Amino acid sequence: MGTFDLLLQGLAAALDPMLLLYALIGVTLGTAVGVLPGIGPALTVALLLPVTYGLDPAGSLIMFAGIYYGGMYGGSTTSILLNTPGESASVITALEGNRMARAGRGGPALATAAIGSFVAGLIATLGLAFLAPWVVKFALVFGPRDYFALMVLAFITVSSAFGDSTLRGLTSLFVGLALACVGIDQLTGQARLHFGVPQLLDGIEVTTLAVAMFAVGEALFVAGRGNGAPDEVIAVRGSVWMTRADWARSWRPWLRGSFIGFPIGALPAGGAEIGTFLSYAAEKRLARHPEEFGQGAIEGVAGPEAANNASAAGTLVPLLTLGLPSTATAAIMLAGFQQFGLQPGPLLFATNPQLVWSLIASLLVANAMLLVLNLPLVGLWVRLLTIPRPWLYAGILLFATLGTIGANPSPVELAMLLAFGVMGYGMRLYGYPIAPVVVGLILGPMAEQQLRRALSIAQGDVTTLVSSPVSAGLLAVAALALVVPMILRSRGRGRVLAQVASDAD
Amino acid sequence: MTGLPIEPQRRPDGAAFVIAALLAALGALLVVEGISLPDRGGYSGVGPGKVPLAVGLCLLGLAGWTVLAGLRGETEVPPRQAARPVLWVLGGLVAQLALLHTGGFTLASGALFGCVAHGFGARRLPVALGVGLVLAGAVYAVFDGLLRLTLPAGPVERLIFGG
Repeated sequence: MGTFDLLLQGLAAALDPMLLLYALIGVTLGTAVGVLPGIGPALTVALLLPVTYGLDPAGSLIMFAGIYYGGMYGGSTTSILLNTPGESASVITALEGNRMARAGRGGPALATAAIGSFVAGLIATLGLAFLAPWVVKFALVFGPRDYFALMVLAFITVSSAFGDSTLRGLTSLFVGLALACVGIDQLTGQARLHFGVPQLLDGIEVTTLAVAMFAVGEALFVAGRGNGAPDEVIAVRGSVWMTRADWARSWRPWLRGSFIGFPIGALPAGGAEIGTFLSYAAEKRLARHPEEFGQGAIEGVAGPEAANNASAAGTLVPLLTLGLPSTATAAIMLAGFQQFGLQPGPLLFATNPQLVWSLIASLLVANAMLLVLNLPLVGLWVRLLTIPRPWLYAGILLFATLGTIGANPSPVELAMLLAFGVMGYGMRLYGYPIAPVVVGLILGPMAEQQLRRALSIAQGDVTTLVSSPVSAGLLAVAALALVVPMILRSRGRGRVLAQVASDAD
Repeated sequence: MTGLPIEPQRRPDGAAFVIAALLAALGALLVVEGISLPDRGGYSGVGPGKVPLAVGLCLLGLAGWTVLAGLRGETEVPPRQAARPVLWVLGGLVAQLALLHTGGFTLASGALFGCVAHGFGARRLPVALGVGLVLAGAVYAVFDGLLRLTLPAGPVERLIFGG
């Protein structure tokens, strides 16, 4: 059966009224939480994961997909109206979008961001649907050593290829890998690093770590800045509709942004922010009025926002086809899959095609819902931005701990939340990136398993790791991704890399 | 500005050595665990202890690198921090942890909410606590009742929902 038939079947399944309802709840919650300042998509997904615990796998994953896309939409609203981007991928949107809002053109800025996100989501989801079967076909010949090499590459790109310091990136990664060693070894059943605490035998929950680092760590960090002047929310004056000129200036950036963002997300190479920077640079070069950039150019909102969403959908390619998370958000989504005993990867396409294709189809549905939900209701979302900070952060922490308590009502789990929160606070203070810890925790045991399998097959011969062309090539790329940025930084060219630091997602 | 500002680090290098010490401690812990686990490598020759050992050694190496970076003054200088709000947030989390099993979800989370809101500048603590209790109760009703999430019940929950 061709991809198109599979997608149509998935679409038919996703149009089931119950699943539509789940998708609607998902996008609404995702947008509402994503709009809140200080909450990026990673935390949105982690916070809302417990909401899906009671549902069946299909419904839950579909709600989840809606939350993911909704969180992305919500983030752009925050950065346009508040100039405090909830996630690093929205930094560029904030740059031009906030200027537009200040100039009284907040409505068109929100509209071009929303429609651009829709266009990008549509193109990228179709891209995912048509690319995924090819990657799966390719991935079926992957052996354990190739997977191991792929995971090493992901470790390097997430931790040290971008950001301002190789040392801090690698430190974060290895802290994550150390946490990943806690619990029962999957191959021999040997308990490791449990210190006699039975709750530790299951290992450290990815969601606990993510919520602690992103919610508790962030709350402590914001609290530490003191209660200064509250952030200024810019009211949306006038129409949210775009003029004919706005459309004419927006549609090309949408398309360009989508085609820049999707491949970057689809490569196992880190976050969405790189695509937004590239798109911004491209729009600035191609624009007819480059002098408007920095003063509120609509192209500078349309392009990066499209790139951001396309790249977010792109990260689903390695996640679904290879089981490889390349961002913190994807790592949490992987944890969501695993809670139902589903392991994303080529086998999932073979064993559970209905689920995969209805998930992909419901991304299309969620995308369309978001467009409808966002344009007319933007006033409602803006209202959420005006929640006073005390109630906002108290509420965030209430829901953050609710998720942990709901998943595992034990004081040990809450104590871990507290400890990792303090760790996340310290890491923020000293400029350590958060995403590598989360990715290291979830990918560490998988990499270990593949490594030991590969070595078992080769009877302990270490050279097996580089003796397939795929694994040797991937490890070579990983080595380059580690060494080249170090050389660039030592020559004082690190500023560009620092700008694309993976921070919140 | 409320709260007592923490003295900004005069010598940022001091922080680098503390971080390095923490990394080294974590690394040493993994190395010790890695060596002490029974080495049942099977065909692969890599037993359950080998990966913790390797990660531990890498952490020790990173600790050394952090010391070097600290000596060269490459450590990030943290922004000035206000202690009081941070302590209120931490206090709220500890209170929730302590109250969870004796007081139930509503009391514990209400306390958390009140403390955090107060730390973030809500002036009157009793009001914040009251709002927290109502909100936590509503959350309990929605999640325990509708979404079938099991949350710890305490006296308040038993009184209202009949536990």
